[in-house]
Amino acid sequence: MTSAVARTGVGRSPDRLISLLLLPVALIALGPILRLLAEGLGYGEGLTFAHVGEVMGRNSTRIALWHSLVTAGGGTVISVLIGAAFAFVVALTDIRAKAALVFCLMIPMMIPPQITALAWMQMMGPSSVLLKTLGIAPPMGSPQPLRSAGGIALLLGIQHAAIVFLTLRAGLRMIPADLVEAARMSGARGWRVWGRIVLPLSLPSLAAGAAMTFVTALGNFGIPAMLGIPARYSTLPTLIYQRLTGMGPSVLPEVAVLALLIGAVAIAGVLLSRLMLSRRSLGLVGLSGRPLALALGSARIWVEAGLWAFIFLILVLPLLALLATSLVPAYGVPLTFGSATFDAWNEVLLRQPVTRRAYANSLLLAGLASVILMAVALPLAWVMSRRPTIWTRAVDTLVDLPYALPGVVLAIACILAFMRIPFTGITLYGTLWIILIAYLARFLVVMLRPVQAAIGQLDPAMEEAAASAGARLGRRLWRIVLPLAAPSAAAGAILVFLTAVNELTVSALLWSSGTETLGVVIFNLEDSGETVMASALAMSIVVLVIALMGCVQIGAARLPKGVVPWQN
Amino acid sequence: MASIDITGVSKIYPGAAGRSVTGIDLTIADGEFIVLVGPSGCGKSTLLRMVAGLEDITEGEIRIAGRRVNDLEPADRDIAMVFQNYALYPHMTVRENMAYGLKNRKTPRDVIEARVAEAARMLELGPYLDRKPRALSGGQRQRVAMGRAIVRQPAAFLFDEPLSNLDAKLRVSMRGEIRRLQKRLGTTSIYVTHDQLEAMTLADRLVVLNGGRIEQVGTPLDIYHHPASTFVASFIGSPAMNLIDAEVSGNRVVIGDQAITLAAPVQGIGGPAVLGIRAEDLHPAPSGLLFRVDLVEELGAQRLVHGHVSGQGLTLALSPAHPLSETMTIAPAGPALHFFDVGTGRRIGDTAAARTGAGVMA
Repeated sequence: MTSAVARTGVGRSPDRLISLLLLPVALIALGPILRLLAEGLGYGEGLTFAHVGEVMGRNSTRIALWHSLVTAGGGTVISVLIGAAFAFVVALTDIRAKAALVFCLMIPMMIPPQITALAWMQMMGPSSVLLKTLGIAPPMGSPQPLRSAGGIALLLGIQHAAIVFLTLRAGLRMIPADLVEAARMSGARGWRVWGRIVLPLSLPSLAAGAAMTFVTALGNFGIPAMLGIPARYSTLPTLIYQRLTGMGPSVLPEVAVLALLIGAVAIAGVLLSRLMLSRRSLGLVGLSGRPLALALGSARIWVEAGLWAFIFLILVLPLLALLATSLVPAYGVPLTFGSATFDAWNEVLLRQPVTRRAYANSLLLAGLASVILMAVALPLAWVMSRRPTIWTRAVDTLVDLPYALPGVVLAIACILAFMRIPFTGITLYGTLWIILIAYLARFLVVMLRPVQAAIGQLDPAMEEAAASAGARLGRRLWRIVLPLAAPSAAAGAILVFLTAVNELTVSALLWSSGTETLGVVIFNLEDSGETVMASALAMSIVVLVIALMGCVQIGAARLPKGVVPWQN
Repeated sequence: MASIDITGVSKIYPGAAGRSVTGIDLTIADGEFIVLVGPSGCGKSTLLRMVAGLEDITEGEIRIAGRRVNDLEPADRDIAMVFQNYALYPHMTVRENMAYGLKNRKTPRDVIEARVAEAARMLELGPYLDRKPRALSGGQRQRVAMGRAIVRQPAAFLFDEPLSNLDAKLRVSMRGEIRRLQKRLGTTSIYVTHDQLEAMTLADRLVVLNGGRIEQVGTPLDIYHHPASTFVASFIGSPAMNLIDAEVSGNRVVIGDQAITLAAPVQGIGGPAVLGIRAEDLHPAPSGLLFRVDLVEELGAQRLVHGHVSGQGLTLALSPAHPLSETMTIAPAGPALHFFDVGTGRRIGDTAAARTGAGVMA
């Protein structure tokens, strides 16, 4: 009897060892944020709201907050208009080539925001190579229309439309077709069905998507940095950036307050979004039968043409403008067959040490982050799914935080936490490692969710069968769970890689000479007037991003549901 | 109150190779309770949805109360439907759910209130009128769905497998409730189900569908006792009718190396045929077919004895009082033999004449 108990104890101890994984995960994901909170409330000087009061009282803070709310709010409205229109048409009608359409709508979200801004600036304004080549450029000296609150809001809206689209589409797919049929039989016609049935039922999803879009737009740094800084239009993220790069670490207590301010707004948005999503799932009763499907009939071809024309406008045209700029010998020269040259491409990819170093840094960081997170996420997801405790559930909820919080908040938090690692004299500030740690904290959830989806869909009986056949935990994870979760883990790793390569906000605050990332270099090239080189570098990244997305898309059919974020 | 006339109705889905529903002719009298029954994919739901106006009618004509409805919107057909998943509007209370259809028709407020109150009383939903559907149990949701149909006072009710999401016990009680309600209101009803027991207990007349065609129309007992094809014979009734290969010549029916002799020759049949016998029509007899027992299922009130006669599987329903042995002699009783064509499976011969005067011919 005693020996049986002892044996059980031995058999289960590896399980407990895996649970220890929760500790470093929580420490890296949440430690910096707690440190930031402490700083804002007067770390080292006792609890005080003096900092908060002082920083909040400044005009620059209030203006930046107002600008942030205006641009994020305007961007959200635009995202809702675009995302909702696409979601209603894609989810409810019989248009063709839906997968291609959705893929194209996702690209703006996956392209780094500073590249979006760069591309749009190449499409409009007096020095646009594309417009010059076509001979329709506005006269020299006329202002760049995008360098305004409206321009920032427009690009934020386009960048984040996919968030509204994905949330609303998921909600619309949950509305069973027989609800609409029942309404039709009850004498509701045309718009009454929409007004009384479809709209009220999709409203929570729409609100949730809008709230998430607002949070993401609020934290966006690339677009207001490229468009707003030259026009002296600061939002909270760019204000933090300017203070920190201008004054150095001495302003940390001050920017910590700014970071907490933007973090608070963001958390309010995330909570609102979650509340709305929980209302959505409570609302529908019974099994959901066939989803709605409306036949458009002869209008279909026009609807399809409209959607693709829109994709052309927001995706193809700006990228063409970017491509055109990357091919001219000097900025401002019109593009012709004679003048087209790959000099800039050659320069950024092969010659310039800064851009080559940035490529190496970004690829190394993205690669390391993917590999480490894959190794962590697999056992972590397994523990969360198979041995749930209050701790695993807490970590499950909290790992969303570093991703949902704006990048500047996490960056400031990491600087504070790793400037001088507690109990040691080591500093990570100024090294590549601080960026890597920030990436690990930020992208853990990107990796974890697909793996969780895969493991959640695995039948626990398979592992029990292996256990009864004598396989210990390590062997079961290696031979049963890993092979079955591997495709999802691979998709998650590619998503992490993609997001990390695109990353600007965190690295913009954490880089120093020698640890530049791609995002930082594009920003710096454009800032110093090297628009052609910036365009060439940006275009090469776009190609890389679309290729990686294509890899995920090709594998999507074989992956479990919920792994590829833009698939149903 | 209305009759429904279905004439030559077919359905071809765009892009489909053939017809999903083929040449349906059916006349439903005012106040009649018709059950469409068949396995999944037999076209019963499609036919119902064509009556409802939720599917286009490719060929043929449907008339409700004499009025052609082919090109009418569902809302204009004066019918109410109860859906399999209830299709209750989750954002409306029970009261609003029931009133919705009347509001759409601009019914005066006091009329709406009176009708909702009446339906709620009939279905015992009074205490739940201000709840949202999510706060109701499965059976209550089902009753709200019924209430929503009743308040409309339509010409006909359409039921699309309304009980399939309930557990077995609740299904039986709701079945009775639906039947009582329909009798009381006298509203013409079409009810779709794949459950043959539900079909038997509810229907005034059954319509058995298979592969998009009508196999047989008739009262439940008529269909049970005179199935028109091997398909109907094996689909209606539990346990399914025994179907075995036989050879008929005159009044002799040969099964493998055994035979039974009938009192009179089977009219119009000679040569190979499929012989159908209900499990309860086979009894132990002093002389008859030699039956080897494989397996006994005890059901309490009766026992099902599975075995074979000359290598062909056969099931008997016996009273538990009968003693069992490994081999038994059995014989069909009463007008209990059905014959079907080997090729088409259609019923052949006149079974009324097929009275048994069984004897064994080894």
